[in-house]
Amino acid sequence: MSKQYETVIGLEVHVELATKTKIFCGCSAKFGAVSNTHTCPVCTGMPGSLPVLNKQVVEYAVAVGLACDCDITQYCKFDRKNYFYPDNPQNYQISQLYLPICRNGKVEIEVDGRKKTVGIHEIHMEEDAGKLIHDEWEDCSLIDYNRSGVPLIEIVSEPDMSSAEEVIAYLDKLRLIIQYLGASDCKLQEGSMRADVNLSVREIGAKEFGTRTEMKNLNSFKAISRAIKGERERQIALIEDGKKVIQETRRWDDNKEHSYAMRSKEDAQDYRYFPEPDLMPIYISDEWIARIKAEQPELRTEKQRRYKEEYGIPEYDINIITNAKVLADIFEATIAIINRPKEISNWLMVENMRLLNENHLELEDIHFSPANLAGLIQLIEEGCINRTVAKEIFEEIFKHDIDPRAYVEEKGLNLVNNEGELRSVIERILADNPKSVEDYHSGKTKAMGFLVGQTMKKMKGKADPGIVNKIVMELL
Amino acid sequence: MGMLTMTALEAGRLIRERQISAVELTKAALQQIDRLEDKVHSFVTVDDKGALNQAESVQKQVNEGILTNPLAGVPMAVKDNMCTQGLKTTCSSKILSNFVPSYSSVAVSNLQSAGAVILGKSNMDEFAMGSTTETSAFGPTMNPWNLENVPGGSSGGSCTAVASEECFYSLGSDTGGSIRQPSSFCGVTGIKPTYGTVSRYGLIAYASSLDQIGPIAKDVSDCAAILETISSYDVKDSTSIKRNDYDFTSALVDDVKDMKIGIPRDYLTDGLDKEVKEHILKAVEILRERGAIVEEFDLSLVDYAIPAYYIIASAEASSNLSRFDGVKYGYRAKDTADLHQMYKKTRSEGFGSEVKRRIILGSFVLSSGYYEAYYIKALKTKALIKEAFNKAFQKYDMILGPTAPTTAPKLSESLKEPLKMYLGDIYTISVNLCGLPAISVPCGNDSKGLPIGLQLIGDCFKEKNIIRAAFSYEQTRSYKRCKLAQKGGEKHE
Repeated sequence: MSKQYETVIGLEVHVELATKTKIFCGCSAKFGAVSNTHTCPVCTGMPGSLPVLNKQVVEYAVAVGLACDCDITQYCKFDRKNYFYPDNPQNYQISQLYLPICRNGKVEIEVDGRKKTVGIHEIHMEEDAGKLIHDEWEDCSLIDYNRSGVPLIEIVSEPDMSSAEEVIAYLDKLRLIIQYLGASDCKLQEGSMRADVNLSVREIGAKEFGTRTEMKNLNSFKAISRAIKGERERQIALIEDGKKVIQETRRWDDNKEHSYAMRSKEDAQDYRYFPEPDLMPIYISDEWIARIKAEQPELRTEKQRRYKEEYGIPEYDINIITNAKVLADIFEATIAIINRPKEISNWLMVENMRLLNENHLELEDIHFSPANLAGLIQLIEEGCINRTVAKEIFEEIFKHDIDPRAYVEEKGLNLVNNEGELRSVIERILADNPKSVEDYHSGKTKAMGFLVGQTMKKMKGKADPGIVNKIVMELL
Repeated sequence: MGMLTMTALEAGRLIRERQISAVELTKAALQQIDRLEDKVHSFVTVDDKGALNQAESVQKQVNEGILTNPLAGVPMAVKDNMCTQGLKTTCSSKILSNFVPSYSSVAVSNLQSAGAVILGKSNMDEFAMGSTTETSAFGPTMNPWNLENVPGGSSGGSCTAVASEECFYSLGSDTGGSIRQPSSFCGVTGIKPTYGTVSRYGLIAYASSLDQIGPIAKDVSDCAAILETISSYDVKDSTSIKRNDYDFTSALVDDVKDMKIGIPRDYLTDGLDKEVKEHILKAVEILRERGAIVEEFDLSLVDYAIPAYYIIASAEASSNLSRFDGVKYGYRAKDTADLHQMYKKTRSEGFGSEVKRRIILGSFVLSSGYYEAYYIKALKTKALIKEAFNKAFQKYDMILGPTAPTTAPKLSESLKEPLKMYLGDIYTISVNLCGLPAISVPCGNDSKGLPIGLQLIGDCFKEKNIIRAAFSYEQTRSYKRCKLAQKGGEKHE
């Protein structure tokens, strides 16, 4: 490769909103129900049915827009996007083309210590389609309309990114903003966050953009990263061969690490967009925007600042804890019970993360209650248990959300801090190990460690090592 | 005279007074249907059993004092583009020939909770596209005044059923005149209410921004009572408007003194049949004699209404009708190799030619490169027409004119020249573009004996003005029955 190329990337990110009901009807928007049980005349496109807008969708869209520094389109409308496909029961999708709800936003990203601003062209609201299931065995296709009408926002970025790392940083930033707002759980694997990558390459210094392609079916950050590298190489190879990049939509196959052309611009459909006549325009008043702003929860940057000031924990801890809203929520809820920020953050960062990794779980799978973590810390502070036992108990809390105090009682894990009892145990151990006692007196102080260890073993770890040390010393 | 000659309100009163039963009335109506359907073909579906069951249960509830609506127990017909739970709803199209809705439209539910007895579903132009009821996939409806003529459309079946006394009243829908024009051709009364007054939920859409359900009956009083019953604010219809003046019967007052009525000069010139004009002017004289102030004025942009309407209506229709694809319900073509072919064949076989014409027209005006030139321009025109009407209503309480330029044409004449047929909508179409209420009342018959309709157009939410004027005018003449109904009536007496 003689010439130097730069990559130009823009993203279209679809996010399923966490509303209880669908965007245009009262059906549940919950994921994972039995096929076609979350349906009604509206979301199955029955003749005569009419859409009614779910207000919560507007509020989430505005909240995301405000968090992304967007202008809110106070007079906005829905449009119909017309195309035939069986997963789309009306054969048109209610979306926004002419007056999207948010425009002209931006988010800050950071890659390798370098900060960069990614522009947001627009955010619009739309409905999701149903799900087609192709039954090869029966040679037929089945449709599940549970997802039909689930609310989506589509966040369209400017072509401001130039590497896979920047794309991942941007997606991560969006994910955090949206999760913090509670607007979506943003799970790529489950499809509640989906990204299409628009990519072109050009010689460094060139003024004009190259021809772009759109890559679909990217189900993980890793797949996105691989697809970007693959597509960059494919386009550069074409240019180097003197061939042209065709403007087309491509489908990424992550197993084969290869993409396939789906459709080119020539056979692109004319969606015949026009204003949706069944819905009235939406007017978003200054007061409404102010209320959404006021109700907006604390976002990550604000949290990071507060943690530093209020809790004084290290920046490293702050970054890990705030990298997922679930963690920050547990952290704060635990602090509310027992004010030991660093102790809590240690448990969350070390043991909690280890158990997540070992069990192949996501942060969202954490289900223990902050009260039990607080209880555990309380037991340690009271000197009821030592750290080894505490780790064992944490695993029980992590897995079964047990009450640590009850567990300690039940299993008899209390530290034996009765000096009298300990003294008689140690006396016996000294008597059983005269060689070690002799070694100690002849100056081999290491022998003391052995004797303490023997005591702990005998006590099955239920003794406070500090007290054991003290008694051994005395008796020696 | 038999019981079928009564108005709906008269029939309702006798039911409440136990002088007649809902079951007797229903049986009489079903007999009339049985006698006349071969001739007029008002119905796509007659639900004998369902109607008799409803009549029985309604009568019981009337007796128990649960149902008190003035229309309780009165048999009626519903245009076949309104969903009726468990009862086939076809839009007079092959593509919905087997469609049985799982829910009822709100207008129908409102009537049913008031105790209406639904005899069946009335014939119409396919998907309400047409002005003659000839585009129905199940064959045309004939005008009861002369079986060689069309009843008008698209609510032709609903109007014929009332005129031929197969029912006491009916529901129609009006997108560009579909209640008023056939009312005019059949010698009955019909109201197109202000857009947003009657819920569209369950009305199978032709053009969403123009469609409105309304009543068809023998006289103004019936229409006001029906409208009062079907109107409601409905959260399921985002275009529904909350009003606090649904008491339309309170406008049944015989007094037009000092009411200001304007006649657009263009409504009385080109293309208006001489006899129609004479009758309209006669009606004007009567209104003047009774104290109304009537004058001619210039309403601008009259000529632009038709092109603007056909662009907007077709555009919306092309999208609204795309759900009929053979996938989920309705007709599906056989022996197709793949999805694309299934769509194509189903829709080619399922839709008639007028529907296809409008889908193609609508798809064209929305396609990229033409959207601005046609659709956007049509929307701008619509806004200008609305402004012209607003201006007129600053001066007048209502606008008067003919409902249609002619009386009912002969069968099979209109579809040969669709453009000419479209021009017949000239007086009715602006009303839909502007969301206005309008009424058509009979004002005489031409020398061939065909009825002529007088149209009164009100400002938005001013149904009461036109109801009052129409009611006052109606007091000066008596309801004229068609011969067919009279003969039918005699037979079963």
